[in-house]
Amino acid sequence: MESDEDEEMRWVPLSKRPEWSDVTPVPQDDGPNPVVPIDYKPDFAETMDYFRAIYVADERSSRALNLTAEAISFNPGNYTVWHFRRLVLEALDIDLQVELDYIDNIAKNNSKNYQIWHHRRWVAEKLGTDAADKELEFTKKILSADAKHYHAWSHRQWVLLALGGWEDELDYCRELLEADIFNNSAWNQRYFVITRSPHLGGLEAMRESEVSYTVEAILAHPENESPWRYLRGLYKGNTQSWVNDHQVSLLCLRVLNAKSNFVFALSTLLDLLCHGLQPSQEAKDVVAALEMSGTDEPDSDLATSICFILEHVDPIRANYWRWRKSKLPHAT
Amino acid sequence: MTAATTKTQQEQWMVENQVFQIFDLFADLPRNAKSALVELQRDNHLEYLTKGLKRLDPSFCVLDANRPWLCYWILHSIALLGDYVEHEVEDNVVDFLSRCQDPNGGYGGGPGQLPHLATTYAAVNALITVGGERSLSSINREKVYMFLKRMKQPSGAFRMHDAGEIDVRACYTAISVASILNILDDELVQNVGDYILSCQTYEGGISGEPGAEAHGGYTFCGFATMILINEVNRLDLAGLLDWVAFRQGREGGFQGRTNKLVDSCYSFWQGGAFALLQRLHAILDEQLANYAPQTGVASGISGGEESSDGTQVDDKACHFKLGGTNASCPVNLNSIGYNFVKQPVEMEALYQRWALQQYILLCAQDMDGGLKDKPGKRRDFYHTCYSLSGLSLSQHSWSQDEDSAPLPNAVMGPYANLLERTHPLFNVVLDQYYEAQEFFDTP
Repeated sequence: MESDEDEEMRWVPLSKRPEWSDVTPVPQDDGPNPVVPIDYKPDFAETMDYFRAIYVADERSSRALNLTAEAISFNPGNYTVWHFRRLVLEALDIDLQVELDYIDNIAKNNSKNYQIWHHRRWVAEKLGTDAADKELEFTKKILSADAKHYHAWSHRQWVLLALGGWEDELDYCRELLEADIFNNSAWNQRYFVITRSPHLGGLEAMRESEVSYTVEAILAHPENESPWRYLRGLYKGNTQSWVNDHQVSLLCLRVLNAKSNFVFALSTLLDLLCHGLQPSQEAKDVVAALEMSGTDEPDSDLATSICFILEHVDPIRANYWRWRKSKLPHAT
Repeated sequence: MTAATTKTQQEQWMVENQVFQIFDLFADLPRNAKSALVELQRDNHLEYLTKGLKRLDPSFCVLDANRPWLCYWILHSIALLGDYVEHEVEDNVVDFLSRCQDPNGGYGGGPGQLPHLATTYAAVNALITVGGERSLSSINREKVYMFLKRMKQPSGAFRMHDAGEIDVRACYTAISVASILNILDDELVQNVGDYILSCQTYEGGISGEPGAEAHGGYTFCGFATMILINEVNRLDLAGLLDWVAFRQGREGGFQGRTNKLVDSCYSFWQGGAFALLQRLHAILDEQLANYAPQTGVASGISGGEESSDGTQVDDKACHFKLGGTNASCPVNLNSIGYNFVKQPVEMEALYQRWALQQYILLCAQDMDGGLKDKPGKRRDFYHTCYSLSGLSLSQHSWSQDEDSAPLPNAVMGPYANLLERTHPLFNVVLDQYYEAQEFFDTP
């Protein structure tokens, strides 16, 4: 393992490298009194001065390519350097599989960086469908360290849409959800797959099996917001079928009967009522059983009672529940 | 027998423990000590900020392509604190940002860098925050317009830079800049609404790209953009509200996504969504009215089956009516930002303002100045900017009009904690925004 000192000792200033002797470095035009001036270390400053020189000269050579890598190692956020690197890659017609390996290396320490991901997308697009497997592997690796990595998920979705590889995706979602049922990114990906995969039948066709899967997840952890939102999403574009599907209201009642972790059950029931669900006597009884004694007005309709209870059991959202109550149509 | 806990649960419990420990400690303190702890450490923050403007240590080389952002985060924070920088420093800001301005339009991350939408947004907002003729006239609006046109894609969205990435952030930065500089037109606006609509997810929030996860930062960007292009009625606002309402946790602060951790920067991104919603109550009401509960026929637009095109709006004061596409009263796109803040607020913000302020003041302030994500994290200028921005919105959220100061009970801690007002669409201090509006109000 090399120490930082070793690395620094090994870095040769560009001014001392014979292959760069013909280039005059271009200093940064910060002006006489710059604000937010960064106290650049000498190696950073020199590297960027040489980069500026080849950038201004538009030199698309292999030494330029190497220099962009050096500049990127200092600041992977410099999108100008990345942009120029792409121009050089094209000009030199470099083997882009090698470029993928390069990105693999820097991504290790810099994964939360827009530029790396954009570059990866650019390379993968050029490589075409052959790159699909490798890209899915790459994102999988990043996700194994951080299962909610936003860029990784975006990239993975782009790969599926542009390059394919849908076959195992639903399984992958299930794997991730088994590891962490609270992983909202995995739920989102599941939604992505069931709505867009060319191998599945689309939302309507998948609805029944997905509802079963989701109900099971909810019953295991009714306090988990992700599957509740997912459940609602399964009926997107068809609110009528959501309101009319007994499974949904029965699920709410089941959770409410258990009398614990029922905030989402209540808010779902509230939404159903707002969209025209005619409440059953059972629903009214279950909600009545929850009520804090002596607090409610008699003859409140069910939706009002629910809002009232939510104000108390979900106080961080008291303002929201009060507003919801005020927006309820008055009972006939 | 309980099953093993998941990573999400473990991380959440750790953060909650830390935060509640702080709150419990606070609750047990005698009154004087309490006041001290809940005080906004203005002097410390100002020192941190002004030092940053003057010099940044070598570790900042990873932000070498983001220097206009550093200018904006710092200058906006100073402005929110009601303070000023010396004239000389102001001149230096203008000079420096002029060197970041590309001859063909737009601003890059530093002198000589490719122009980029995000750094353009930051530079423009920073220059407006500085204010004054020299600063405002340094912006080459014609060239900025040409840059925006070059970044515009047929899909309606924008690329961040030449051959750069496309996402909802790009839409916001482009439209915000165009609007605030009074150069927004139909060509820039075309199809943007379609793109953003395709990014509202099944959860109700908005994602960075179509299909991705609903996220606080992108939700603010998408929402603000739809308002600025006069198409906010196309969003499922009730769905958006429901999602964002659930982003406030027991810690008081906001999380960026469902089942993720609280982070002070979302005080603005998520808190800001509430500030925007407060002024859209008429459209919200309209959308709710479409649910038709009593007839049992659900014809609501939640879920996006039919988008309300706003034609049922026939309000005579239609130039104030956001979201109307009433052809007989065309909206001046460039007036939207101004009209938005001018209209009176008729609805309270639907989150717990006090809880948010408590989180920011007790958990996000750094002892040495500056603010941070959460306890245990390091301070930085980005979190300083957005925590303070969120705090400002929260303090001013129930002011009926901008001329009346917030009541003491709107401000947690000493009344001196009160920050300057910020514009909820552009996040520029309101006074500076008005000055810019007047300056750019040339045809």
